[in-house]
Amino acid sequence: MAKRRMIQAINDAMFEEMERDPRIVLFGEDVEISMFGDTKGLRERFGPDRVRDTPICEALLTGMAVGMAAAGWRPVLHMMFANFMYTGFDAIANQMAKLRLMTGGQMKLPITIMAGFGGGRSTAAQHSDCPYPLFMNLGGVHVAVPSNAGDAKGLFKSAVRSDDPVIFLEPGGRGGEMGEVPDGDHLVPFGRASVRRSGSDVTIVAISAMVKLAEQAAKQLAQDGIEAEILDPRTLVPLDEDGILASLSRTGRLVVVDEARDRCSAASQIAAVAADRGFAMLKGPVRRVTVPDVCMPYAPVLERSVYPNAERIADVVRELLNCRDYQ
Amino acid sequence: MRNDYHNPDPEKLVAMFERMLVIRETEEYLGAQFRAGELPAGVHLYIGQEASGVGICAHLGDEDWITSTHRGHGHFLAKGGDPYAMIAEIHAKSDGICGGFGGTMHVADVARGILGANGIVGGGLGIATGAAFAAKLEGNGKVAVCFFGDGAANQGTFMEAMNLASLWKLPLLLVCEHNGWSEFTRSEVATSGRIIDRASPFNIPGFEADGNDVADVWRVSGRALESVRSGEGPALLVTYTYRTRGHVEAEVNFLSQPYRSEEEVASWVAKDPIERGAALLAQGGIAEEEISAIRARVKASIAEMAKRARSAADPDPARVRSMMFSAAEA
Repeated sequence: MAKRRMIQAINDAMFEEMERDPRIVLFGEDVEISMFGDTKGLRERFGPDRVRDTPICEALLTGMAVGMAAAGWRPVLHMMFANFMYTGFDAIANQMAKLRLMTGGQMKLPITIMAGFGGGRSTAAQHSDCPYPLFMNLGGVHVAVPSNAGDAKGLFKSAVRSDDPVIFLEPGGRGGEMGEVPDGDHLVPFGRASVRRSGSDVTIVAISAMVKLAEQAAKQLAQDGIEAEILDPRTLVPLDEDGILASLSRTGRLVVVDEARDRCSAASQIAAVAADRGFAMLKGPVRRVTVPDVCMPYAPVLERSVYPNAERIADVVRELLNCRDYQ
Repeated sequence: MRNDYHNPDPEKLVAMFERMLVIRETEEYLGAQFRAGELPAGVHLYIGQEASGVGICAHLGDEDWITSTHRGHGHFLAKGGDPYAMIAEIHAKSDGICGGFGGTMHVADVARGILGANGIVGGGLGIATGAAFAAKLEGNGKVAVCFFGDGAANQGTFMEAMNLASLWKLPLLLVCEHNGWSEFTRSEVATSGRIIDRASPFNIPGFEADGNDVADVWRVSGRALESVRSGEGPALLVTYTYRTRGHVEAEVNFLSQPYRSEEEVASWVAKDPIERGAALLAQGGIAEEEISAIRARVKASIAEMAKRARSAADPDPARVRSMMFSAAEA
């Protein structure tokens, strides 16, 4: 085990993977200087062929990733802020997500698209979105959303080794958080949630940066004798439905914490899974703690008013526990 | 030594004529099948534009990449795609080149460098630029050729592709097949200035060819590809041509009025690339009987493939869910 910041862990993963596989090529806006630090030093180590800055032209870059992958390479495209993925969305949605099926399986597309996402830092509405619900609905792309340094490294390594497109979203502004990173070739498999805390009263499924808030809420709740189990899905596609249902079978109550806007969020999907497949286990309604259906405002006081926090999570859990059991 | 692309030799001309005929026969058949209600969806026919794809692809090998458009049957066949596998695909059969998963607008044969027809106008621009970047990294002389129409030349990605490919000196040939129409909108209404003039601001050489003359397309694209293969960076080639059969075969079913005159269509039918190809063969000393024999051979061959394709098996719905990710099929 080593203590690493999340951004360093991702950087370590990139070094290790690019060293291992000469077909990995990194390109994107400002990857050489690396605004976040996750691609720092790679240009010096791997040279201009494999690491290069691009013009600002997201619509072309996502298409290029498809062409490079179809031609046998393993592109990693850094799109800086997740909002900029909207500008490049056409080739993600219309090409990347579809070409494997459309070509009858001829086309293998080992692509990783990475970007920082999420709010909480007064970056305002165009630099703070959580676009993963859109990607979840495309069908043909995996979505990885790490919450900590160790998982970030392991998920990133799995992403670049996958033969399918992966959207790898780093929680924005959390790159400096220290975490334990296992030694050696640490891989985190897709579709396996991790239990961050065990408890018997309620399951809190928390996505990426929301895990930390859920942990804070669990501490408050424990003082009242309420034991929350916290589940980090780590990937949203594939989603560990069985893992979520297994936890639900232990607690009978489910709260989902998601930084995306409420409508059609990842939390909506997880709630639907619980309703479809876990109805008999539920002792109360599935509750979601999300951002309301507004764009992220700039002023810290405004942003705080809509961004999830530990108190809101704890309050929702208490409300749920006060709800008369269905069975 | 620079190649002299004055004239294709007779053998090359015969091969290109035959390839144009394969496209024409296949598409005449597909158009008739659509009108007879035998295809699940409308087809965008390349009829009238065959010389453009064939003249260019005659310079390419399986190792070179192409991207195509929604009007992609011609590029697929010009690049050496199997007509049977394409016809079976459009008939929605499991023998189809994409197993019946893609259909008319998505015919692709990755092993032959055909990265697919594409239902998104301009969808190939990014893909071809990426394939050209891959070719550059491999450094073995491969090129990527991006076919698109004058409609797609108004997508922002056209400018983005020229900018990046020129900066990075990518082996990319951008081929604008200028057929004068963006679906049902006339080029003059959709396009300001001349598309060929968009190349020079990016330091990209521009080439123009008569897209209905296979020999001219062959000559000009030969020079353009020589420049691209030499490592000097991308080139833009505009071939001027016309789609004599409309945007999509289904259009008669939904259009309330004609959008172009019979005279306009007739003026281009008079410049039919296949008849002009036959004339070139005759000028080159190929006997009329030999030309007739090629026509008969292609007709019979496509008819036989079409018959086989119609009786092929339907695709298995059990495969659909496993097609999205590679792990699922492994």
